[in-house]
Amino acid sequence: MRKVERSPRSILRMDQTELSIFMRRYGIGLVMLGMIVLLAVISPTFRKPSNVISILLQISINGILALGMVFVITAGGIDLSIGSMLALTSVIVGAVLNSTGSIALACILAVSATTFFGLINGLLVAKFKMFPFVVTLATQLVIRGVAYIISGGYSASLANADFKNIGNGKVFGTIPIPVIILFAVAILAFIIMHWTVFGRYIYAVGGNINSAVASGVNVFWTRTFSFVIMGFCAGVAGVIMTSRISAAQPNIGVGYETDAIAACVIGGTSFSGGIATIPGTMFGIVIIGLIYNGMNLVGINSYWQTITKGLLIIGAVMLDMFMNKRK
Amino acid sequence: MEQAQNRDIILSCRNVSKAFGGTQALDDVQFDIARGEVHALLGENGAGKSTLMKIIIGLFKADKGAITFDGKPYHAKDPSDAIRKGISMIHQELNPEYYLTIAENIFLKREDVRGGVFLNKKATNRKAQEILDHLNVKLNAKTLIEELTLAQCQIIEIIKAISFDAKLIIMDEPTSSLDSEETEALFNMIRHLKSQGVSIVYISHRMDEIFQICDHVSVFRDGRFVGSDLIENVDREKLIAMMVGRKVKNIFPKTECAIGETVLRVENLSGKGFSDISFEVRAGEILGISGLVGSGRSETMRALIGLDRLESGKIYLDGQEIKIRSVRQAVSQGICMVNEDRKNYGLCLHRSIRENVSLPTLRVMHRKLLINKRKEIKDTTEAAQSLTVKAGSMELDAYSLSGGNQQKVVLAKWLMAHPKVLILDEPTRGVDVGAKSEIHNLMGTFAAEGMAIVMISSELPEIMGISDRILIYREGRLNGEVSRQDVLAGRETQETILAREF
Repeated sequence: MRKVERSPRSILRMDQTELSIFMRRYGIGLVMLGMIVLLAVISPTFRKPSNVISILLQISINGILALGMVFVITAGGIDLSIGSMLALTSVIVGAVLNSTGSIALACILAVSATTFFGLINGLLVAKFKMFPFVVTLATQLVIRGVAYIISGGYSASLANADFKNIGNGKVFGTIPIPVIILFAVAILAFIIMHWTVFGRYIYAVGGNINSAVASGVNVFWTRTFSFVIMGFCAGVAGVIMTSRISAAQPNIGVGYETDAIAACVIGGTSFSGGIATIPGTMFGIVIIGLIYNGMNLVGINSYWQTITKGLLIIGAVMLDMFMNKRK
Repeated sequence: MEQAQNRDIILSCRNVSKAFGGTQALDDVQFDIARGEVHALLGENGAGKSTLMKIIIGLFKADKGAITFDGKPYHAKDPSDAIRKGISMIHQELNPEYYLTIAENIFLKREDVRGGVFLNKKATNRKAQEILDHLNVKLNAKTLIEELTLAQCQIIEIIKAISFDAKLIIMDEPTSSLDSEETEALFNMIRHLKSQGVSIVYISHRMDEIFQICDHVSVFRDGRFVGSDLIENVDREKLIAMMVGRKVKNIFPKTECAIGETVLRVENLSGKGFSDISFEVRAGEILGISGLVGSGRSETMRALIGLDRLESGKIYLDGQEIKIRSVRQAVSQGICMVNEDRKNYGLCLHRSIRENVSLPTLRVMHRKLLINKRKEIKDTTEAAQSLTVKAGSMELDAYSLSGGNQQKVVLAKWLMAHPKVLILDEPTRGVDVGAKSEIHNLMGTFAAEGMAIVMISSELPEIMGISDRILIYREGRLNGEVSRQDVLAGRETQETILAREF
């Protein structure tokens, strides 16, 4: 345990204290910078602006999912149902788009559906005190099943060119729309997490639920709403994904929760709850993108990428335990 | 004490000391138990009984001193080592494996295995049943622990101890949740053990039981061994006199202030662990609440602020009846509580001091969508400074602070809510002497500002020093009230108060 100096504060000590607090929260950013510098040195392709854009495009879907996941994990939960939510979004968009032709309606309905399932997850966890792992493991099956029922089990191709534009279009001819959406979600997540009372309650509930109750925090709504945010993000990510593949498929999204959770954990989110930052999560998201992109560029095959990602998660968790001296 | 010469001593502690941080929990303790004796251990909360027992069973390590057991030097590395050496402890809170059978529980970690792999269930059940039958316990060895009553679980724990050939069994408040019939069954078991030459350390607050079942009694006070005698040679009054003795050094100079109108009045509060509690507290008044741990003091307050369920009773604030169903409602009505369990209910240890301090009042102070961070920093820093929290930065984790400073952070967070009624449960526990008197000073200041304060404390000198009135709890009910005048005039002493708690 670190002892706090009891002597009168000095400018120097304040700086050290603040530096250590900063390092603990954003130290992972240095890891990211290190990776970027390393890749930039060894791979000329990596340095190209087109590659930078392509990395950002690659991470956009996982990024949006991770930005939802960070709320759930910080509040002490986990959501395994997001892969199925992607599929649900896809088939709803497909069904609505093919029958009405309205992009807005399709997107709104799809995102509402995943948000609704997020609410169900949240209520089961917060109201009935069920384990989030078990709840979302189960609802994952339910949501996937609903997706199969809506689609009848078939994939449907989407011909609507405007809808394709969501995933494939570019603003000013350079920045892909999904990247814009990712940054919009990130800014929104940052504001909610760091600037609102609700965000503070997320930290309090995940950090010590008893103390949160004893401080008068509405634990029920805080926990529930963390899942609602996750559901919303899954819907947004699902719309982008559907647009990019130009098809409504009930079988997509399997395993997407892994990368989202990985990004959170690498970004310094504590699995025991209560500790996370949105910038940290962004770093985690970028680091995962760099692993894929960098290893592709260097010519390491994708099997090794998976292993690296796994090891990085273990490393990040160990770092978290070391930094926060958890039991 | 002449018989003492002839006692066949099985366990003997010499000069045992143990300190936690700055507090001396055990100070040069001498303690003997004879073979086949039921030995009562008596003392106020924090007198050092549990610490000594935990050293004996290997949960703590003594700083110095020697223990002899059965004629040999004794040291237990951990509780299972103690069990192997013949000392078992039956804890107040039992933690059995609920989904195993009685037989499996008794033989846990020394299962009868065939070929080193397969469990020999039949033999295990038979052996367990033999023990049960031999002790005249009418239970089937194949019953799941889950299906047993608490009293039966306790009996199984004792049987487990016997099956390890325990020569000494320590029982910590074994009857605290038993009814009179179950208690009688336990006493029969104790008598049986005694006849087999097993020694028993019996920790209890219930005097009647001590006189009923024990042969010998030892009294602890402030981490010291006060004395030991045959039960025939003592009576209630003598034991209480032995337990007290610490002088109320200085009646704490509470900031004298006018005591105003009644702020909080409760009528007939009942819930788990307490019943029919009525009291009132006035503006500027410090109401002390004294009683043994488990006597219902904390339970009442937790239910009052909506942390636990209140079964019945009425609460009036400023003369108006109010309903409190959650802490949120209590806080918004102006009733706040500093919980005794700082780590679990007071602080979010891995978040910053600033966030901890502002948590309860965020919603009120920052009515707009966003937190006004500048105001938050300003307000929390002011609150922390007014309570002289010593920390390098408001951004440090609460974890990194000393106990006294953590407690001040908890006080600061409730001070931000400008409560009308502040309930403090053991506010100075685990806090060093300096911080303790600072906290007392702060309480005086709060009272002078017109706050109504309720303080629960296990320390009689503290409670007698600072309170305007003292309520005494005994086994879930109120058992008397003492005023500051009574204390100052010497009409009420630690003895008279303690006598009402036992």
